[in-house]
This record gives sequence, C-alpha cells and structure tokens, in this order.
Amino acid sequence: MKNSSRREKIWWAVISVLVLVYALFPVASILATSFKSPSDLTNGSFLPSPGAATTSNYEQILVGDAQDLFLSSLRNSIGISLIATAIAVVLATLCAYAIARLDFPGKKLVLTTALAVSIFPVISIVTPLFNLWRNIGLYDTWLGLIIPYLSLTLPISIWTLAAFFRQIPWELEQAAQVDGATTWQAFRKAIVPLAAPGVFTTAIIAFFIAWNDFVYGISLTSTEAARPVPAALAFFTGASQFESPTGAISAAAIIVTIPIVLLVLLFQRQIVSGLTSGAVKG
Amino acid sequence: MASITLNHLVKKYGDGFPAVNDISIDIADGEFIILVGPSGCGKSTLLRMIVGLEDITDGELLIDGERVNDKAPRDRNLAMVFQNYALYPHLTVYENIAFPLRLAKGKHSEEQVTKLVTEAAATLELTDHLQRKPANLSGGQRQRVAMGRAIVRQADAFLFDEPLSNLDAKLRGQMRSEISQMQRRLGVTSVYVTHDQTEAMTLGDRVAVLKKGELQQIASPRELYEQPVNLFVAGFIGSPSMNFLPATIEDGKLKTVLGDLDIPADKAAKAEGRKVVLVGVRPEFFEDAKLVEESKRPHGSVFSATLTHTEWLGNEQYGYINFNPDPEVRELLNNLARDMDADELRPQIVVTLDAASRIRGGREADIWLDTRKLHLFDPESGENLTRDAEAGAALTEEASQERAEEIATAQEADRANGHGTSAAHGNGADDNSQNGGGKHAAAS
Ligand SMILES: Nc1ncnc2c1ncn2[C@@H]1O[C@H](COP(=O)(O)OP(=O)(O)O)[C@@H](O)[C@H]1O
Ligand SMILES: [Mg+2]
Repeated sequence: MKNSSRREKIWWAVISVLVLVYALFPVASILATSFKSPSDLTNGSFLPSPGAATTSNYEQILVGDAQDLFLSSLRNSIGISLIATAIAVVLATLCAYAIARLDFPGKKLVLTTALAVSIFPVISIVTPLFNLWRNIGLYDTWLGLIIPYLSLTLPISIWTLAAFFRQIPWELEQAAQVDGATTWQAFRKAIVPLAAPGVFTTAIIAFFIAWNDFVYGISLTSTEAARPVPAALAFFTGASQFESPTGAISAAAIIVTIPIVLLVLLFQRQIVSGLTSGAVKG
Repeated sequence: MASITLNHLVKKYGDGFPAVNDISIDIADGEFIILVGPSGCGKSTLLRMIVGLEDITDGELLIDGERVNDKAPRDRNLAMVFQNYALYPHLTVYENIAFPLRLAKGKHSEEQVTKLVTEAAATLELTDHLQRKPANLSGGQRQRVAMGRAIVRQADAFLFDEPLSNLDAKLRGQMRSEISQMQRRLGVTSVYVTHDQTEAMTLGDRVAVLKKGELQQIASPRELYEQPVNLFVAGFIGSPSMNFLPATIEDGKLKTVLGDLDIPADKAAKAEGRKVVLVGVRPEFFEDAKLVEESKRPHGSVFSATLTHTEWLGNEQYGYINFNPDPEVRELLNNLARDMDADELRPQIVVTLDAASRIRGGREADIWLDTRKLHLFDPESGENLTRDAEAGAALTEEASQERAEEIATAQEADRANGHGTSAAHGNGADDNSQNGGGKHAAAS
C-alpha cells in the first residue's frame, strides 16, 4: 500500500514536471528573448550572450519610441476587458440565478443558445462585424470591442455560474428566514457569501478571455483609440527597417502576462474553491 | 410557548394536486406532535405551511389563537430543524448558533449573545467545537448545531423535518432520546416530521398519520397501535407490521386460511352481514400453543400450521407461514403495500413466538391466537369494524396526563440541577464517546 502510493507520487511528480516544462518553456524563451538586444537575437542560444543582456526592450516600450503604441494599448486592454467582464458577470449572474432557481419554458433554449454562440468560430463573424461596425460608427471604439467580447465571455459565464448556483443549498435562504431574517437579509447573509467565490471565479475567467483576444482586437480597430495589447504587438517596428522588433514584442508579451499571473497567484484559493464548489455542502 | 391550531388546511401546488388536503389538528401548549406517513404524503409541506415557507391555499393557521396565514416566517417566532441541517457553511459553529440572535437586532448585547450561545453549546456538548466550520463536523455534531440554533432563542415552538434521517442507526437512537428529554425539559410545543414509525411511537405525545395529504388518525401511539381506525394506520404502525388475512364469517366463526377461528361474539356482531372481511392480527397475538398458560388459553383459538422457517432473536423468535390468497385479495394487499410505500406485501404471516418455543420450520405445529385483540376490516373501505373508540380515547387521555407529569418532573429536575445542565448530565457517557468519534472522523 505504502509502496504503491510512493511510486504513484513519483509518477505524479514526473508527469507534473513534464507538463510544467512543456507549458512554461515558451514563456521562459520569451522572457530570455526580451532581454536580448536586437543584434543578439540570432546568437543561436537560449539565453542572451554573456554580458549582453539588456533592458533596452523594456525601455523602448515603456519610455522610448514604442511608448505611445504600447501604453495606450495597455490602457485600452485593461479598460475594455474590465468593462466587458463586469457586464458579462452581472448579466450572467442574473441569468444563471434564473436558470438555477426557476422553472420557466425556454430554459434549455437559453443554455443551448449560449453554448452554440460560444462554439461559433470567431473568424466567420469578424468580416460582417467589420462592415456593420463601420456603417454604424462602432469601428475602432471601446464599445465596438466590448460587444463582441460579451459574446465570448457571456456564454461561458452563464454556464459556469449556472453550474455553481445549482450546487448552492438554497434551503439556507429559508433557514435564515425562519431564523428571523427578511427576504433580503436571508439572501445577503446566507446566499451571497456562498455565491461570491463562484462569481469571482467566473469574473477571472471572463477577464482572461477578453484580455487574450486577438482576432477581434486586430480586425475591429485601426488606431490607438481602441487597439488592445495583443493587436498592438503586431504593429511594433524595430528601431530601423532592418532590425526586427522581436525583443520589444517579447518584452510587451511579458508585461501583459504579469497581471494574469498576479491574479491567479493572489486568488488561487478562490479559483480552486470556485471550480470545485462541491465543497459548500452544509 | 404556544398552542398551534390547524383549521382545515389545504395546500395545492401549481398543478392543482392537493399535497395537503383538509387537515385539522389542535396542538396544545407543550405537546409533542409527530407527523408520520410514507414519503410524499405531504408531511414536509404541512410543516412548511406552519413555519411560513409555503403559502396556505385554504384554511386557517392559528398560533396562540391568532391567525398567522399571511405572516412572514420571521414574524411567527418558530424554530425549525431541517432534514439536511441547513447550517451556514461559511460561519463557525458559534456564529451558526448565534445567527438568530444577531438577526434580532438590538435585542441582545454582545455579552448576552455570548452567554446564550455558550449555554446552548454546553447543553448540546458542542463547547469544544465552537470555532470549527460545519464542514469539519460529524453528522451527529451538525445535527446538534442545528438544534442549538433552534434552542438558543425563545421560540414559541420547534418544528423538525426528519432531523435524524441522515444519521446512522446508533446515533439516531441516541439523538432521539436527547430530543425527547430536551423537549420535556424546555416544555416547548414541538411538531416533528418523520417517516420512521419507531421515532413516531417513541417520541410523540400524539401521532398524526397522513396518507396522500389526508389525515387518517391522530392519537397517542398506544391508541394507534391498539385501536387503529383503518387498514392503512393498522399496517403502517408497528414493526413487524400487522398481518392481514382474508376471512369469511359463518355462524360466528371466522373461516381463514389458517383454519376456523372462534372469535368473541361482540366482534363477530360488528362484522355482521359482510361476506368477506380482512382480519388484522399483530405478530405478537400468536404464541406457541404449548407455552400458553391454561388461564389464558380460553381467550384464544388454536390452529395448526406449518412454518416455513423461524428466526431466533434471543428474546423472542419470528416464524413465517406462507399462504396463497385469491387474486382479488392479493391485489388488495398489494395496493395497501403501495400506499404504505413498502415493497410488495408477501402473502406471508409473521408470528412472534416465545424464545423458548421448540417449533421449527417444516413441521406442523399448534399455534394459539389471542382472538380478543384482533381487528376486522372492511376490505373495500379499509374501515376498522371492531375499533373501540372509547377505549382508544382513554389511552390518549392517559398519554396526555403522562405528558403533563413528565414535563413537570423534567423541569423540577432541571431546577434542582441548576439551569441548562440536566440534559447533558443524563447522557454524559454516550455523548463523550460520540464526540470522540466525531473528532476522529474530522481528523482522518
Ligand atoms: N414545490 C412543489 N411543487 C409541486 N409539487 C410539490 C412540491 N413540493 C412537494 N410537492 C408534492 O407534494 C406532495 C407532498 O410532498 P412532501 O410534503 O414533500 O412529502 P413528504 O415530506 O411527506 O415526503 C408530493 O406528492 C410532492 O410531489
Ligand atoms: Mg419530506
């Protein structure tokens, strides 16, 4: 028994390391590249040449030539993703609450539609949207991105939250009422604390999706007015025509990864408890 | 403390099906009432109507004479223990118990809350667990927390919805006696829902038997057992349950599959004019004919039968006799079984024999039947033809006097022991072992 569990542990460790290497190698590579100077890019090794490591790429995008391009897109990304997330979470919470608690005709339809929307290939909607947005003046605006982002974030939010809400012991609301709570107090004191982790997890997932989008970002924007970071990276140029912007792009990629990593590190307990919400059983 | 009056209560859900149909019960102050019946008969619905979680379609609900039909649960001042405890998982045990006190804003100072919660926790032996979360407690401990939440405030009545059904058999027995003692000590009006007839018989001052939303009979456990109003109550109450045999009456004799039985003339008279009746015989009405005292023998009738097998339990033994009813009767018995939520009733008679009896399966033996106690039922309506209403009422009256005495004694003892400790003392040893088990379970 003990023996086998030990062997199991070793196996798990080996597999975990393999997965980690597989997942993190590109990140490490980008990190290394972001410290290479343009002339050092082709040195053929993983790390910058000894003594040649430089932060010039970071300087370039944060305070140098590419500053305008990068910082404005960073602002766009943060703003658009946050707004899209907030709207998606509010709408999805209401929708999922209804789905989990009420019996109404068309409940299945709502869920199936949400699923259908989420599996619809983004690339096939982008061209019509491009034309439509140009006609009605949404092209290259924040709203012009927030709306399509909702189509990405809403379905998954509805599904996650509906699954989560179904597991909440709603009887607690009644228990609280018997204990002397008003309807509103019962909801706030007995249900909200249980629902919060689920809503939170959903918000983080929705934020990731909006933050990572590239196709809409590059197709529906043309200037710094609304262009998000993933799209902006494609517009980086080297210092001269003959220098490739790889270093600067890597540096920007690292910077946009940081908020996500921070979010996950800060809230990993909530995320895990949200994803394994079976634990709320009374 | 309060009396509760249910006045022709009706509950129809959206589909128009009456889950509770015209139920009237007067619950006296301090009385322990059990609602019992097979699952789906409307017990929970009725309880939830009392507490205010379910709208009342028709009829009146009075608490202490005041109509409360339209009052919100929080204004009825009742405490309820839910089947799956409904503890707040994000709060500690302490905060769970304090929850109702904190909701009554301004009524209790922080010191009072601490005092009340600590007292309730002491009564329920939860003192060591106050800072833990419900998820880390054992089933029995969660049950206690739910009880704590109910007793911590001065509720007018306690309502229980199958509170013990999630516990294992041993713990169930223990909690049962604790609930019973606590109810007596506090003298609080209680309504307790269960589908378990052992709980019903042991806890209740009066037991209300429900079937498909309708009240069949409400009486003391003894009256239900000895003077049931109909087939359903007779079959539902008692374990092993009452045997039903088809019989015809000729010349004051009962012709059954077991042979001809002489029955008392008054019983035969009540079944006068009916061709077929169902005879209800409890297993303990039978005895090994060899072991019946001479003085008792004339009160019954002896027949010979072959048992298929016997089960020896130490204090007594069960014997089984198969019989082959005609299809109509078989259909009747199966319907009855379905009503009672049981499996198909085997056409089998269970007899209880003295542990000393040497009767064994496969051999023919003489068995004595106490014919004074058997009941005759109308097979169509299920009505008990031989019910003695007066004797029944006397039994229930007796139980009600006993209740008054018990409450008085329990409260006397409580005062003598100092407030809030007597229940805990009564069960000290059991509780410790159970709490130990809980800790162990949580740790592993
Ligand atoms: N919310 C509801 N809507 C419709 N029918 C219900 C609802 N709750 C219970 N019922 C029906 O009412 C009947 C009684 O239910 P319940 O009171 O829960 O039974 P019990 O507690 O005795 O098992 C059942 O037939 C059940 O199907
Ligand atoms: Mg129920």
